[in-house]
Amino acid sequence: MSQAALGEAGEGGVAVRRRLSDREGFLAGVCLLPSVVYIVALVALPFFLSIAFSFSDVTAGDPGFDWAGFRNFQRIFHDPVFWRSLQNTLLFSAISMVLIVIFGKVLALILVADFRGKWLVRFLVLLPWTTPVSLSTIAWLWMLDSIYSPIDWLLRHAGVIQGNMYWLGRPRLAMASVIAVHVWRLVPLAAVIIMAGLVAIPGEVQEQAMVDGAGFWRRFFEITLPLTLPVIAVAALFGAIFTFTDMTVVYILTRGGPTNSTQVLASWSFFKGIEGGDVAQGAAIALLLFPLLLAAAITILRWVRRMEVL
Amino acid sequence: MAVVEIRGLRKSFDGKSFALDGIDLATDEGEYLVLLGPSGCGKTTLLRTIAGLEQPTEGEVLIGGSVVNGLPPRARRIAMVFQSYALYPHKSVLDNIVFPLKAQRMDKAERARKARWAAELLDIEHLLGRRPRQLSGGERQRVALARALVRDPSVFLLDEPLSNLDAKLRASARDELKGFQQRVGTTTIYVTHDQVEAMGLGERIAVMHQGRVRQLGRPETVYDEPADVFVATFLGSPPMNLVRRDSHLVGFRPEHLWPVDEVPTEHRVVMSLTIDKMEYLSGDRHIYGPVSGVGEETNVIARLPATVTTSLRPGEKHEFAVHAGRMRFFDAGSGLRTNPVRIGG
Repeated sequence: MSQAALGEAGEGGVAVRRRLSDREGFLAGVCLLPSVVYIVALVALPFFLSIAFSFSDVTAGDPGFDWAGFRNFQRIFHDPVFWRSLQNTLLFSAISMVLIVIFGKVLALILVADFRGKWLVRFLVLLPWTTPVSLSTIAWLWMLDSIYSPIDWLLRHAGVIQGNMYWLGRPRLAMASVIAVHVWRLVPLAAVIIMAGLVAIPGEVQEQAMVDGAGFWRRFFEITLPLTLPVIAVAALFGAIFTFTDMTVVYILTRGGPTNSTQVLASWSFFKGIEGGDVAQGAAIALLLFPLLLAAAITILRWVRRMEVL
Repeated sequence: MAVVEIRGLRKSFDGKSFALDGIDLATDEGEYLVLLGPSGCGKTTLLRTIAGLEQPTEGEVLIGGSVVNGLPPRARRIAMVFQSYALYPHKSVLDNIVFPLKAQRMDKAERARKARWAAELLDIEHLLGRRPRQLSGGERQRVALARALVRDPSVFLLDEPLSNLDAKLRASARDELKGFQQRVGTTTIYVTHDQVEAMGLGERIAVMHQGRVRQLGRPETVYDEPADVFVATFLGSPPMNLVRRDSHLVGFRPEHLWPVDEVPTEHRVVMSLTIDKMEYLSGDRHIYGPVSGVGEETNVIARLPATVTTSLRPGEKHEFAVHAGRMRFFDAGSGLRTNPVRIGG
């Protein structure tokens, strides 16, 4: 046996050479690489590209990069549609967030309850979340059709209305419709998040409250609610971010109309930048979402950490 | 009047087997009753049924003379301390203590007065502003007790309240619990699987096994006069020796099996023990080995106090004896206690 082979096998015949998979530094690098590539290529690159575009005069017809300074932003700020979009974005997000949390909480209580046929209810509750946004929004487009809306049909047969509601044709109703679809698609996510929080409350704490003489409402407001507040905040944050950044619902339902009354920053950016070809201005509008979202996320997450429930 | 009374209680979770299988039990006023048994014997289920957290499948639960079946826990005037203490983690110690009073809609000044009284009694006034997670195990226990106390309950239900404490703290917490109960004088039902706790705390002990109360009696009674083989072997460390003799089991405790010279009486049962091994535990000698002469050859344990100095060595065969009055007899089939049987001379 050669000297090298002896050394490798060791004296007791145990292999002493380290394998590649034993080197933690190497493993860490390999495991992290895909996510690093993902973040750099699909998050960081587009982000910095949009910053660059927003200070340029790039259009679909003339991709040449020329420095434009703050001209894009000046034009946006002078456009009344921007202010309308900003207002809508904030309004839709705020109302959706509140409704998502309330309905999510109620659905979460149903999800954790033990009753006959609960699997069917759970399946139905989660269904909106599993459907692609664009497909379910198209379904809603039919539901809210100006003439053939089944909702109108029901209301007519119930004797509530005479003609049609024109859900997407009147500014107020169109705004309500957009909010309703957002709430409908995001409530299941909030329900699942809040359910995780409910399940994490020790059973003995609830039973202790019962023994201590608390009825349902006192237990809900003094025990369940405070103990799930951190996860409710997380659910609210998710709801707000998904509504804030979404353009699909507005794009499919109303295309921002009637007369920009449902326009939000995301959809307006798409119309300007992609459909209108003014890439630079589209990028500038999209970029304005960033500081708003950052501020909202930081506020909510700091608030969650301060609560120190457990 | 019995504070808590259980009549023919049966409880099934799956409709097939019974977690509680026919329990009849009554506490005396101000009594400290311990439910003792191995895990899975139904003692916690019994306590939860008394609390109203479980509904009986059959039978009745009476508190203060009236049937409370179907009444929610809050209507039963009971206070319960869980194994985990179940303090409300988001509330301060003071808010934890006043929670039951708020549920009773007591006015604020009265609440504060009662909370202060309970905190003083349990010596936790300096902790009132803290959160539960800032407390040690022993402090948490006292907060849980204070919260139970402020309600003026007719009965305390305690579910293994010492099992989360380390061994050192457990002994002092046990003394505190006993002293506390004597001060307030409230009827207490205490669940444990630890016989030392049960013997030390209980005025009476209900030994439970497989959903039934096997024996109910004072600690010395259940120890000295066990009603069946289960009670005989569950209590005592090491447990009672059992030797089969025809259709009977002959039982004697290790501390009563001594070298024959140390049992100077005519009323003794002599047997020869072949010593397999010996252990020295806290000054006692534990002798292990098979005995013959009382029945079938069986491995037994003898526990000799330091005062017995007979020279013994592993491998030797020695004559041992038990005072005849210390022998207990059980039916080999049913395991129940029987009348004495004549052994040898």
